[in-house]
Amino acid sequence: MRLRLEPRPRPSRLWLWGSPILAILLTVLTGAVLFAAIGRDPLASLEAYFISPLATTYGLAELALKGTPLALIAVGLSFGFRANVWNIGAEGQFTMGAIAAAGVALQFAGSEATFELPLMLLAAILAGMGWAALPAFLRARLEVSEILVSLMLTYVATLFLSFLVYGPWKDPAGFNFPQTIMFDQSAAVPVILANTRLNLGVVLALLIVAVAWLVQRQSLLGFQLRVMGLAPLAARYAGFGRARLIWISLLLSGGLAGLAGALEVAGPLGQLVPVISQGYGFTAITVAFLGRLHPFGILLASLALALSVIGGENAQIAVGVPRAATGVFQGLLLFYLLGADILVRYRLRRLAEPGSLGAARQRATTETA
Amino acid sequence: MDQVTAFLIAVIPAATPLLLAALGELVSERAGVLNLGVEGMMLVGAVTGFAVTVTTGSAISGVGAAMLASAILALGFAFLTLTLMANQVASGLALTILGTGAAALIGAGFVGMPVERLPHLDVPGLSDLPVVGPLLFAHDALVYLSLILALATGLFLNRTRAGLILRACGEDAGSAHALGHPVILTRYLAVLFGGAMAGLAGAFLSLSYTPMWSEAMTAGRGWIALALVVFASWRPGRLVLGAYLFGGLSILQLYAQNMGILALPSQVFAMTPYLVTILVLILISLRRARSATPASLGQSFRATQ
Repeated sequence: MRLRLEPRPRPSRLWLWGSPILAILLTVLTGAVLFAAIGRDPLASLEAYFISPLATTYGLAELALKGTPLALIAVGLSFGFRANVWNIGAEGQFTMGAIAAAGVALQFAGSEATFELPLMLLAAILAGMGWAALPAFLRARLEVSEILVSLMLTYVATLFLSFLVYGPWKDPAGFNFPQTIMFDQSAAVPVILANTRLNLGVVLALLIVAVAWLVQRQSLLGFQLRVMGLAPLAARYAGFGRARLIWISLLLSGGLAGLAGALEVAGPLGQLVPVISQGYGFTAITVAFLGRLHPFGILLASLALALSVIGGENAQIAVGVPRAATGVFQGLLLFYLLGADILVRYRLRRLAEPGSLGAARQRATTETA
Repeated sequence: MDQVTAFLIAVIPAATPLLLAALGELVSERAGVLNLGVEGMMLVGAVTGFAVTVTTGSAISGVGAAMLASAILALGFAFLTLTLMANQVASGLALTILGTGAAALIGAGFVGMPVERLPHLDVPGLSDLPVVGPLLFAHDALVYLSLILALATGLFLNRTRAGLILRACGEDAGSAHALGHPVILTRYLAVLFGGAMAGLAGAFLSLSYTPMWSEAMTAGRGWIALALVVFASWRPGRLVLGAYLFGGLSILQLYAQNMGILALPSQVFAMTPYLVTILVLILISLRRARSATPASLGQSFRATQ
């Protein structure tokens, strides 16, 4: 028996959403094999990874808290990814957002001003946009790869953060630790669930996801981005400004990544330290694809990936699985997902044995087709 | 030994990993496949080379294992993009995420361990010559291999029939297929070559350049290699030039920092390779004939009978 890929007349909606589920199942399965291979009890490890973080209210709150930056960044990225504009430097825009927010918090330290938090968020959005503006300009004007430029700027942003916390922004009373002072209460996002760290940021993220859905669904912009991704020539004939769409995709994703950075500084961190992100900017790429570049899909996917981040920490403590396993899972998940996506556009057909009745029938249908 | 000679001697090993990784990517891109997974494959090569060398005591096994491990990763990428026709950009990113994670997982037990550096060439007579000796005759085998491979790649692409077919697959996959050339097979082989070369580059880093293993030790070199391919307009000869220019700049930056020529924080110096890469991409875009890009680069190909 031989198998053959046959194009579908139209993409399968079933597999569009079936493929992420298949990819998750395959990843969990591979995980179990991997755990067994490094001598850990697979079931106990999987439980530590995927079940026990969900058992408490605190755990669920942490899940939403970690999911917030992932969802915000991924929703932004999804606009560009639809249009073949690849901002992979969200990590850098996140970092610049965090730095800008911290800058505002330092400026107004001790003032307890009510406008402090809104100003931090605004500054972070602008900083993220600014960091994305260079790749946008270079891609729109000079055809320089936004992939490489945005990624290079991520390294620059990380080094800039390091410079600040080791240098001018270091807490003078901090025993020489590379960190800023703890920010005021007026620079903190209000917690909305007692005894957890869940804050108003999650509500903001939900609102933004809903707006993104409306924009992608209802507006001309969403349509133009899709056309530019699927049929660049058609987009040109239709007169959709290519440069404009590049600018919008990058500024939008940069701004949202910056906002996510601010929420991290004004939320769980409360200060700047040398490492402020657990790779959110890169994980969000997986989130965007797993969520099918659809805002609501991204919401679910951000929770799934947040679970893998929390589960990774949990499994390290509970069963001694190295934390790096989380990175492997995230990579595998994206790998499986991209592979399984073939089923959206193609179907597997069994090829009948040559000379059989089935083969003759198959030939007949191909010929008439 | 004067300053200039010392500088030149330092440039060569700094350029070598960039040249090795970029050569592999160049061949892959000339066949029409954009593989953004270089950074991930390099990391896996670095950790595999290190781990196998430490465990077996044989550097040759280490280097071989590094090439094999990265080629296996590249095979996964090739299956995704060539057989399952997945998006090349997304698949390359997946490869880098996976490779970075896998390298950290494998390397967790090897952080801080010592390893014997790859032996340096020692030609009696030649290596002892003043200036020329240490400059030309006292590096390890991978340095010379990288230059030989650059020459061989250039000859292969421009002077052989197989090279012509490979370029045809990258320029116009449909026509290459119509002429009866195996597009998918050619691309598989090109991607595997790219993987093995990235592995070699990684092994050079962890066994020669900085003989140790640490997470993220490639520090973006895989991405810089991707930029170098653009800089070189997809030509191996110019790639050598680019890699050495870049190696030179990174050493210059270390010098400037150590000698305190500019009183700037260390982070500013560390930023230069990334800023220079952006600058180079801009300069190239200003004066480059766009036609240098392989016309089918990044596009999936499916034979329709």
